[in-house]
Amino acid sequence: MFESNILSLSIWVPVAAGILVLAVGSDQRAGLTRWLALLGSIAGFLVTLPLYTRFDKADGGFQFQEGYNWIPSFNIHYHLGVDGIAVPLILLTSFTTLIVVLAGWEVIQKRVAQYMAAFLIMSGLMIGVFSALDGILFYVFWESMLIPMFLVIGIWGGPNRVYATIKFFLYTLLGSLLMLVAFIYLFHQSNSFEIVDYYMLPLPLSVQLFIFFAFFMAFAVKIPMWPVHTWLPDAHVEAPTGGSVVLAAIMLKLGAYGFLRYAMPIAPDAAHYLATPMIALSLIAVVYIAFVALAQQDMKKLIAYSSISHMGFVTLGMFIFNPLGMEGGIVQMISHGFISGAMFLCVGVLYDRMHSRQIADYGGVVNTMPVFTAFAVLFAMANAGLPGTSGFVGEFLIILGAIQENFWYAFLAATTLILGAAYTLWMVKRVFFGAVGNSHVAELQDLSKREFLILGVLALMVLGFGLYPQPITELTHATVGQLLSHLAQSKIPG
Amino acid sequence: MNNAITYDLITALPEIFVLCMAMVVLLADLFLTQRNRFIAYILTQLTLLGAAFITVSTHIPAVGYAFNGMFVDDPLSDVLKLMIYLGTSMVLVYSRTYIALRGMYRGEFFALVLFAMLGMMIMVSGQHFLTLYMGLELLSLCLYSLVALDRDNARATEAAMKYFVLGALASGMLLYGMSMLYGATGALEISQVSAALFNGVGDRSVLILGLVFVVAGLAFKLGAVPFQMWLPDVYHGAPTAVTLLVGSVPKFAAFAFVIRLLIQGLQVMTVDWQGMLIIMAVLSISIGNITAIAQTNLKRMLAYSAISHIGFLLFGFLSGSMNGYISSMFYVSAYVLMTLGGFGMILLLSRKGFEAENLDDLKGLNQRSPWYAFLMLLLMFSMAGVPPTLGFYAKFTVLQAALQAGFVSLVIFAVLMAAVGAFYYLRVVKLMYFDEPQDMEPIAPSPDMALVLGVNGLAVLVLGLMPQRLMELCAYAVAHSLQ
Repeated sequence: MFESNILSLSIWVPVAAGILVLAVGSDQRAGLTRWLALLGSIAGFLVTLPLYTRFDKADGGFQFQEGYNWIPSFNIHYHLGVDGIAVPLILLTSFTTLIVVLAGWEVIQKRVAQYMAAFLIMSGLMIGVFSALDGILFYVFWESMLIPMFLVIGIWGGPNRVYATIKFFLYTLLGSLLMLVAFIYLFHQSNSFEIVDYYMLPLPLSVQLFIFFAFFMAFAVKIPMWPVHTWLPDAHVEAPTGGSVVLAAIMLKLGAYGFLRYAMPIAPDAAHYLATPMIALSLIAVVYIAFVALAQQDMKKLIAYSSISHMGFVTLGMFIFNPLGMEGGIVQMISHGFISGAMFLCVGVLYDRMHSRQIADYGGVVNTMPVFTAFAVLFAMANAGLPGTSGFVGEFLIILGAIQENFWYAFLAATTLILGAAYTLWMVKRVFFGAVGNSHVAELQDLSKREFLILGVLALMVLGFGLYPQPITELTHATVGQLLSHLAQSKIPG
Repeated sequence: MNNAITYDLITALPEIFVLCMAMVVLLADLFLTQRNRFIAYILTQLTLLGAAFITVSTHIPAVGYAFNGMFVDDPLSDVLKLMIYLGTSMVLVYSRTYIALRGMYRGEFFALVLFAMLGMMIMVSGQHFLTLYMGLELLSLCLYSLVALDRDNARATEAAMKYFVLGALASGMLLYGMSMLYGATGALEISQVSAALFNGVGDRSVLILGLVFVVAGLAFKLGAVPFQMWLPDVYHGAPTAVTLLVGSVPKFAAFAFVIRLLIQGLQVMTVDWQGMLIIMAVLSISIGNITAIAQTNLKRMLAYSAISHIGFLLFGFLSGSMNGYISSMFYVSAYVLMTLGGFGMILLLSRKGFEAENLDDLKGLNQRSPWYAFLMLLLMFSMAGVPPTLGFYAKFTVLQAALQAGFVSLVIFAVLMAAVGAFYYLRVVKLMYFDEPQDMEPIAPSPDMALVLGVNGLAVLVLGLMPQRLMELCAYAVAHSLQ
């Protein structure tokens, strides 16, 4: 039974754990609540592991499929399945949830049960997004994960949290509703909500453009691409550390995943037709947003803009339609998940002690927190794309892919190696090095064991995938090949 | 002959039973003291149970006409009646404590509710202009008096007056339209009107004029823009227990009313009423959603939200297909369930001398009671149409019906407006979860209310995860009744 239901377990174990935490936990029994949440997230992580160990790397199609009739009136199925693109993202999700539960251990003191439950439930829903093979099932997961995130930012966030969380919700909702219209349209064309049927459905270019645009609205907001990115800095700044980590590490990837799973294969001709504008938007994100990051005073905002810039790399890799770019994009997604998560955790470590995110409030942290600074500098280097860290692999592959397509794409993309280094290292210099900035910095305590554990694991991941990225590329290779050959075929009838 | 009479009586047995029981409640109440008033309550609930039993046991999956074709018993009417009983029963459970604390716990309340319900049942089963009109008036008159039941309350009296004047005007329009149709086709019975139109009988300009008046009257009763003016004032002014009734169950009757008149009676003129419904739907969705944003009173906010929901409901009708009518029925069922929960929550938070009707009264509900905050969260997200709640499938079904009928730009407009509407539902969630409570008065509902409200709230989630049964039920009811 467990053999064939790995995906269902991956989705529902964390959700069930979340409900249990909600039912049993309370602020009076905070300790029990935390341990329960930790057990839940460990269980959630363990059930996703077989997806990696039992995955057939030679097969580029969907594996671990499960299908049941769900709503026969509209031919909607509970159909799950994963390919080489989804598996690493699912593992990233369950891993990140574990990290987030640990990161909120002492920091969250009010409404602990609701906090932990929100992240556990969100984890299950996001895994659902990655594994749904039915349009409506996907849409249900996609939208419902907004609810816990809305609450997380709104309840545990900073001073301007209400504005940020409502902006986040409405932006994403507006984009997704157009996607729903596209799904319904496709349903009336094919009498099915199965994604695989959509892949086979011939569509004229005008219709493909409409569908691509509808999906674009949903996914571009999520990634986020320039110019619909403005919700992200607000959401990141106001969100609690855990919320920022999940946003940066996973939610942004959902948009990119959506392009790979929906927008591009369903409307391949439109994707080719619009490749140049998409690349242009990506490059604007890479270059322009990097300059914006350079000007930030707030550490979280800086990392948020840096995320947008890095995600621009991912979309660039996808829309140059070659294996290097696409595989690079996927590696970049995973690596960015670890790095941005780690960076936000680092800011969280400082914020918990000083209650400030302003770069100007710090200075010379290395004098009081040497161990922490070592980690922070490592992650900063990785963010700047230093060879030997996972940040380098993805960017390098994408630049290699881009150069095959057009020299100037590659040139503009490569400027990020300079700009990224500039804004990251300048922040590191101002926050960590130099003389002790003020009396508060002088009283800082170095990492606790829990923080050391979290950052240590992430550092291993960043270095590990930097030196040996094969586990990811092996997983994705066959799928990317299959996807590209599908994209190369026109779906225009006649 | 005798057989025909017996058949007629059996067909209308639920109505006859409810009528008798309403009178029994009225009479029995004369002999009850305030201390054992609960007997009237129990009797009313038993009436609903008995009516449900009769409706189920006389149910056949076919269409049966009675009283010379003035009255119909089809799956649609049976299913709608069952939903009406259930809804009314929930209304009674939610209102009991509230009316007891405000001196309205009297036999009249229960008798009026039963008579109003009888009116709805006649509307649902009416197959003749006059039967339909009679049902509508019975319902409306009971609602007018219910709104004014708290007679020392100036606001409620004003609301009742507005409701009555505007409602009478609407009834007049409806009746005038019906007379036009009668003049043109020479028939009052729905099926005969339909047949006459099908054969091309009647002067077209008279028919159109009649249709306009009928649609205007219907729109008034539904509360669709531009005939929505009474709705916020009545919702706001009426005692919340009555608002709960006005805002919820009669929507089933209104749905049936539209089906009987426009779809069964005037199907030939689909193109003509389609245009009117499109305009009303677009206006209702936009004005309802945009105006709701500016409200500070929860009851008024829900009133404007009701207007926008009516707009979505019209989407199913204006598709002009079986798929669309089924979707509308699904929408109305979902909507009534959500409205019951929403107003039930206001009743839950109200106490003696305190009406929890301002948005600010919801502040910090999560700290006062996480459970009820969670239920309200579900209800709000459901009204906003966010999965995995029932409200999502409600919007999904009507939108797919409209898209199937080819109204692409209308659908896109509707989803944009749905995103606008999400804002004020989110604000409710924001107040409950992100703000500090203003008063820490414990929430202590009666056990029956706690149970029903819990089931109501969770039903929105459970039916959202498994909507198939409800969809099948609506499809069964509509498809077996319309040929």
